[in-house]
Amino acid sequence: MGVFKFASCDGCQLQLLSCEDELLSIADAIDIVHFLEASSHVEPGPYDIALVEGSITTNVDRNRILEVRKHSKYLVTIGACATAGGIQALKNWGDRSDYLRAVYARPEYIETLSTSTAIADHVKVDFELRGCPINRLQLIDVILSLLADRAPRTPRHSVCLDCKRRGTVCIAVAQDAVCLGPITQAGCGAICPAYQRGCYGCFGPAAQPNCDSLADWYLAGRATPVELVPLLRNFNANAPAFRECGDRIDPFLDSGGTT
Amino acid sequence: MEEPCLIEKSELNRLIERLIREGFLVLGPRVEDSAILYCEIQSMRDLPRGYRDTQEPGKYRVAESNGENYFEFNLGPHSWKQFLFPPKQSVSSCKKTDNGWEFTTNVDSPPKFAFLGVRACELAAIEVQDRVFLEGPFVDPVYQARRESTFIIAVNCTVAASTCFCTSMGTGPKCKSAFDLALTELDDGFVVEVGTTRGRSMISDLNIRKIDREHASDSQLLQQRACDQITKRMDTSGIRNLLLENLDHPHWDDVAKRCLSCTNCTMVCPTCFCSSVTEVSNLSGDQIERERQWDSCFNVDFSYTASGTVRDDVRSRYRQWLTHKLASWHDQFDSSGCVGCGRCITWCPVGIDLTAEVAAIRNTPFSNRTLPVIQPVSKAACAFPKDFKP
Repeated sequence: MGVFKFASCDGCQLQLLSCEDELLSIADAIDIVHFLEASSHVEPGPYDIALVEGSITTNVDRNRILEVRKHSKYLVTIGACATAGGIQALKNWGDRSDYLRAVYARPEYIETLSTSTAIADHVKVDFELRGCPINRLQLIDVILSLLADRAPRTPRHSVCLDCKRRGTVCIAVAQDAVCLGPITQAGCGAICPAYQRGCYGCFGPAAQPNCDSLADWYLAGRATPVELVPLLRNFNANAPAFRECGDRIDPFLDSGGTT
Repeated sequence: MEEPCLIEKSELNRLIERLIREGFLVLGPRVEDSAILYCEIQSMRDLPRGYRDTQEPGKYRVAESNGENYFEFNLGPHSWKQFLFPPKQSVSSCKKTDNGWEFTTNVDSPPKFAFLGVRACELAAIEVQDRVFLEGPFVDPVYQARRESTFIIAVNCTVAASTCFCTSMGTGPKCKSAFDLALTELDDGFVVEVGTTRGRSMISDLNIRKIDREHASDSQLLQQRACDQITKRMDTSGIRNLLLENLDHPHWDDVAKRCLSCTNCTMVCPTCFCSSVTEVSNLSGDQIERERQWDSCFNVDFSYTASGTVRDDVRSRYRQWLTHKLASWHDQFDSSGCVGCGRCITWCPVGIDLTAEVAAIRNTPFSNRTLPVIQPVSKAACAFPKDFKP
């Protein structure tokens, strides 16, 4: 197995390291030959499994992911960056040269694409594991499923189902919270609503999400577009369902500005 | 049934104490997390005294009032289902040994439950789930073990929420059967009705007074008040055929535009009983747990079969839920699957009201049918016959 990093914060790779006890058992079953977050010792491919973290934001990375794909039997993307472009996909709504001038004293040294995109936009991906960060138990299950040649147990249902299973009172209904739970895929264990916070959508859109209906409900008195657009345009901003809904309700989009 | 009697309010504490002494886990209403939930109760101090709730589609609020009564509120998001049919349960396990796989059925040893504050619609819901889990050819051992020992103290509603429609479903607001004891809260005491001999013996050491005419009439008036406060209606006449003859009604598309398919309605529904079973293995693959969890017909993958997903859009999933609940449930279990508690209306994050959806279809029945009309079938044809032995 090789673990590869593209544009990302390394948090998802850290989830693999956080497996601790299980990591030893995983290492018994799998040779981890490329994992720079854990060791500077690397061996060349090919790889049975490539875990890919991060999004594509440079030409160099665009070519590098082609190489990873070429040498990997299964390519699994991990985390919101790799599966949707990550928080850095906010650049997709802005002007690259404006950002470069604002951040860097010598912007001419910076080479970057005008977009941050998911790995699947560039190469064939065998499985996408969602989350910001990913859930380490789901990661272990994906690895186990590849070893056992079975489907992974990563449900596509909404966060709401997990709230109800754990007995959390719906804060959208009981407290008028603006919560993305009904349109967000489960996987986190429904943590935020259990602590009286609306869901931030870290695991991206659930299967067949009805984002427009939820957005219209919230916009009818509970939230303004200026509050709701940044919530949809978050870690999974460039996930198509969140992107399209955010763009539909974005009052600044026609004038070319950003929210 | 014998004549109702009267107890002082504080006597309820003695009843709770006695239940605890006899080994029951007493569960009742309690204010937690901005709602009235069903939790463990140690004494009357835990009850939501003076609290009131207000409900409307997609909205629930609970607040303290200057009232002094213990049960002057309606239903919260929890139902008793969570205790009788747990959201998650390990049902069996298997282990790889030198002599092959060893299979074990997990032994469930639930506590003895005493439910305090079960409303009439909830009694009806428990009876519906009894038919599902106990009265078919396959008895669910998890549900059975919990249900058989459960002691039920019902409470007659004296107020109603705007989402209540038990009168339309014929389930309330008066508790008529399926309880051990039933209380009606007056300003100066509880009227107690005894439903079983177990209920009778549980109050044997309480200070019981004969009920006088004034208390009897107060009790009647309060129950009538709840009845009068119920404004929501669902016309159930011919509802089975109405829905099944309108499977291609354009209104299903209208609901699908609003429905989030988020599963909240099915999770708060006290009769929805769907679950999924998965095997979870440890890392080395030599120890496997079989887990049953609440699941929902609103999940895309719930209808996944070898040939693909059967209900692959929101329209077909909402239609499946509503037609099962109100129509084909009659074929399967000889009753409606809806008890009129209104939870699905309150706890829908976008306030979808099933009574309004049914009314919309009833008001404009659709004649351009493209699907064949489903005729009522005998129970034996759609389920296992009663004498079937698995």
